[in-house]
Amino acid sequence: MASQAAEAAPEKFGQDMSQGSAPDAVTVRFAGDSGDGMQLTGGQFTLSTALAGNDLATFPDFPAEIRAPQGTLFGVSAFQINFGSRRINTAGDAPDVLVAMNPAALKVNLEALKPGGLIIADTGEFTKRNLDKAKYDRNPLEDGSLAKWDLLAFDISELTVEAVKPFGLGRKDALRSKNMWTLGLALWMFDRPREPIHQWLREKFRSKPDIADANIAALDAGHAYGETAELAGPLQQLHIPPVESAPGLYKTVTGAESISLGLVAGAQLAELPMFFGGYPITPASAILHHLSRLKEFGVTTFQAEDEIAAICAAIGASYAGQLGVTSSSGPGIALKTEAMGLAIMTELPLVIVNSQRGGPSTGLPTKTEQSDLYQAVYGRNGDAPMPVIAARSPSDAFECAIEACRIAVQYMTPVMLLTDGYIANAAEPWKVPDPADFAPFPAKFLEQKNAGDNLLPYARDENGKRPWIKPGTPGLMHRIGGIEKAQGTGHIDYSPANHQAMTDARAAKISGVAVPDQDVALGSTSGKLAVVGWGSTYGPIHQAVGRARRRGMDVSHIHVRHIWPLPANLGELLRAYDNVLVPEMNTGQFKTVLRDQYLVDARPLTKTSGQPFSIAELEEAIGTYFDGIAGNEGGEVPVNDTQLPSPEAMNP
Amino acid sequence: MNAPVKIETSLKDWETDQEVRWCPGCGDYAILKAVQRTLPQIGADPANTVFISGIGCSSRFPYYMETYGFHTIHGRAPAVATGVKLANPDLDIWLVTGDGDGLSIGGNHMMHVLRRNVDMQIMLFNNEIYGLTKGQASPTSREGTRSPSSPLGSVDHPANPCAFALGSGARFVARGFDVSKKLPEVLIAAHAHKGAAFIEIFQNCIVYNKDVFDDFAAPKGAEERQLWLENGEPMLFGSEKTGGVRGLALDPAGPGLNVVTVEAGDWQAAGVLVHDVTNRAIAHMLAELPFGPFPMALGVLYDDPRPTFEAAVAEERRRASEGKVASLAKLLAKGQTWTVDGTAPDPI
Ligand code: SF4
Repeated sequence: MASQAAEAAPEKFGQDMSQGSAPDAVTVRFAGDSGDGMQLTGGQFTLSTALAGNDLATFPDFPAEIRAPQGTLFGVSAFQINFGSRRINTAGDAPDVLVAMNPAALKVNLEALKPGGLIIADTGEFTKRNLDKAKYDRNPLEDGSLAKWDLLAFDISELTVEAVKPFGLGRKDALRSKNMWTLGLALWMFDRPREPIHQWLREKFRSKPDIADANIAALDAGHAYGETAELAGPLQQLHIPPVESAPGLYKTVTGAESISLGLVAGAQLAELPMFFGGYPITPASAILHHLSRLKEFGVTTFQAEDEIAAICAAIGASYAGQLGVTSSSGPGIALKTEAMGLAIMTELPLVIVNSQRGGPSTGLPTKTEQSDLYQAVYGRNGDAPMPVIAARSPSDAFECAIEACRIAVQYMTPVMLLTDGYIANAAEPWKVPDPADFAPFPAKFLEQKNAGDNLLPYARDENGKRPWIKPGTPGLMHRIGGIEKAQGTGHIDYSPANHQAMTDARAAKISGVAVPDQDVALGSTSGKLAVVGWGSTYGPIHQAVGRARRRGMDVSHIHVRHIWPLPANLGELLRAYDNVLVPEMNTGQFKTVLRDQYLVDARPLTKTSGQPFSIAELEEAIGTYFDGIAGNEGGEVPVNDTQLPSPEAMNP
Repeated sequence: MNAPVKIETSLKDWETDQEVRWCPGCGDYAILKAVQRTLPQIGADPANTVFISGIGCSSRFPYYMETYGFHTIHGRAPAVATGVKLANPDLDIWLVTGDGDGLSIGGNHMMHVLRRNVDMQIMLFNNEIYGLTKGQASPTSREGTRSPSSPLGSVDHPANPCAFALGSGARFVARGFDVSKKLPEVLIAAHAHKGAAFIEIFQNCIVYNKDVFDDFAAPKGAEERQLWLENGEPMLFGSEKTGGVRGLALDPAGPGLNVVTVEAGDWQAAGVLVHDVTNRAIAHMLAELPFGPFPMALGVLYDDPRPTFEAAVAEERRRASEGKVASLAKLLAKGQTWTVDGTAPDPI
C-alpha cells in the first residue's frame, strides 16, 4: 500500500469525520474497464445506499461499444453516485472518491476528482502493458504526480485471487470477483451492511452456488481489508446519516423503469389494454425490455422490423381500440416522423417516448443530450401540432408517462414524452405511489351514430376531440386516412376552405389541451433572474439556484414539464423577471421556443459535451447577473476550478 | 375467414356513396367489383371487415368499400394492419397495396408480415408502374420500360412478387388478374386460408402502362398462355383446337419443369404433374416460370397453413399471465424497498 500526503490539499477525504462531523453528501465514482463490472458494482452500491436511507442520484457513464478493447482509454466505464443526509438532486460535480481499476480509468477520470479527494487504485493492473494502453509514460502511482490527492494503492487483483482461492477457480475467473472485492471495501467505508448484497449474489448465482460463494468471499475480504487499512491510518470510515424523507415505502428506480410503470398505470387509468411497438435502440430499449415482462397487465409488446413499423403497428392498435405506445431515441424518432403525421391526421391516441441522446445522426448513442426539442415540437411536415411533455428525473418520469397517456386519450392525439439517456439510466429513490391517488380517465368509444341517422367520425366535442370508433362496431363503418378529411364526415376533401378549417381545428385542439399552470420550483414569482429549465437539468439547476439564493441572490428556478402546449401563465410569469436564463444540453432550443412564444429576452446557456451540467458551471452563470452583491464584489461568483471540465461556454 | 357468423349481404351493401376516382377503364374497377362480389359469397360482415391500404392508385380502394377502412401512408399498411390484428384478432383484414407501395417503399414490411404470418388477405395490384405519381418505372417494370424517370428505358431488373412472397415465408401465394372471371375464386381461397394470404393481381393501368399484360391476359388465345392451377388437378393448358393440349412435367434432366404435349388426353402418360398446393418446391418453380416458353401460372400456387402470429402472441400472453394477479400496487412496490415512517427517518 502506498499513501502520499498532499501538501497542497488542505482538506482530506474523511477528515471532517475524524473531527466528529460527517459531511452531508459524498460523491463516489467507480471506474474500470468495460469488462470490470463497474455498472454492476455501482448498481449494488446504490442499492445499499438507498437501503441506508440516504438520498442519492447516480450517473452511469459507459462507452457505446459492448466490449471495447481491454485497458484502453475509450473502453473505460464509470458509475458515479452522489448520496447524502440532505436532498440530492444531481450525481455530484466532482467526486470525493475515485475507484480506478486500471490506468485508463485513472487517466480518464482523474481530472474530475476534487483536490484532496481519495484515489483507490488496483496496483495489480498498473502493468507496463496497461500503462502503455493508457498512454502513461511513467506509473502515476509512483511518480508523485498524484500529490494533489490522497492515494490508496494496493494490489486488489492479488487480494481477490487470494480471497477466492478456496473455491478452486482459475485465475481469470477469480479476477472476475475484483469488483465485488472493491464493493466490499466501499461498503466498509460507508458503514453499510453486507447482508443485502450477499442475498443478491445468492439470488443472481442461484444455479452456480460456488460462484456465489466466491463473490461473497471477495466482498467480505474487501470489507475486512477496510478495517485493517483503517488501523493502518489513511482510510476513514464515514457514516452518512439518513435523509429526512416523507413517510412511506421507497425503492430505487431508473427512468426506464418508471416510464414503463407509468405507461402501465396510464393504460390502466384509461381502462385500455396497451400495445407497445418498439425496435432496439440505445438508450430506449430498456423500456421495451421492461414492458415485455408485464404481459399480465394487458400489455402486448411487439418488436417490429424497424422504427417505422413499430409506430405504425402502435397506430394500428390504437385504431383498433388499444392504447398504442412506441418508444425510441433521436434517429429512430426521425424515422417515425411521417407516421406521427398520420396519427395527427387520423386523430388517434398514441404515446411516443423519446429517450434523447447526443446527435445528429448516430451521434453519441450512450451519452445524454436534450437536442430533440425542435424535433418534438416542430419536426414534422405540414402544420402538425402535437403535445410534448418532458420528464425531469427518473421518479418524475412516472407521472409524466401517466400525463402523456391522459392527454393522448382525452384529446385523441399523439403525445411525445421526452426523457434522455441520463434519466433513462440514472437511479434515484422513489416513494412508491399509490395508484388510487391518480384520477382515472377512462376511454370512451362511440357505439352509435352521432348525428341522427348519420355518422360523423370527425365531429368534435367541446375539447375539439373526434370520437374513437373501434372497427367491429356494428353500423359505424367509415374510412379514415392520412389524406385531408372533410370536417365531420371525414371523406376526402382537398377544398381550400376545408383544409383551412381542419388545420385550424387541429391546432386549436392541441393549444386547448388542459395543462396545469407553471409553478416556481424554487424562489419567488418575480425578481432579478429566472433560470428556466426542462428535462434532466432539474437537479443541477435546482442546486445551483439554491446555493445562489443562500448567497443572497434574487434568483428563482422554473422547471417546465409541459413543453407543448406551454402553461397558460408562463409568458406572464417570465415577464415578471428582469432576466431569463435557459440552461440546456443543446444549442438553445427551448430558448428559441420561449422567445418565439413570448417575445421575452431569454438567454441561452448551452452545453453539448454529452455530460450533464455541473452545479458549479450553473452557479457561475447565475453569478454574472449579480454584480455588486455583498460578498461577491467584482461581479462573479468564484469559479471552482476543481469542477468537471466543461467545454461549453456561455453563449452571449 | 375470421367472422364466425356468416352474414347475408348483397353486392350493393359493400358499395360506398363515394365517387370512384380511378381513370375510366382502369383495371382497379374490375378488382373492386370482384371483391364486392366475393364478400357476400363468403358471408363476410361489413362491420367486422377492415380494408387497410398504403399509398397509390390501388390504395384508394378502402374509400369505395362500405366497411371499416384505413388509408395509411406509403408502404406501411402491413405494419398498421399487424397492429390492428394483434389488438383485435377477430377482425377480418384485407390489405390493398401495389407494386411500388408493397415491394419498393414497403418491401421490408411486406417481407415481415409474410414471415410472421399475420392473418389477412394481401392484394398486391401489380401494374408494373407508378400510376398516381404519373408513370415512373416501378420495381416490377420490365427491363427497358420507358417512363418519365427512365426515358431511355429502365435498366434495373424487376422483382417477381410471388417469388418474393414465397421467399419471405408466405404460406399462401396466388395470382390473378383484374378482368379474370376466376379472380373471385382466388379471393375466396385466400380468405379461407388462415394466415397471411398473398395475392398478386395483374392490373391494367390504361394510362401509363396500357395492356402490358395482354401477352397472357388478352382473351384471344388465353388458353395457350394461361395455366390455371387447381389443387389435385393436372397442370394442363392449351386445347385441341389451338396448338394441342400441353402440360407441365418434371424435367428428367434435373430440378425444373418442362412443357410436354398430351396425346389423346392421356396426361398421365405424358408425365404431367398434379398440382399439390402444399408443395413448396413446385410453388417456387411455378412462381418463377419464364413467360414465353411457359404459360403464366395463375390461381393458387401455394397454400399450406401454419399457426398465425396473432395466435402465438395471444398464447404467449396467456401463458405469461397464468396464475399472476395483475395488481398495479404490487407491481409498483416490487423489488427491494425500504420504509420511512413517522418523522424520524428509519434506514431499515
Ligand atoms: S393511373 Fe393507371 S392505375 Fe392509376 S387510376 Fe389511372 S389507370 Fe388506374
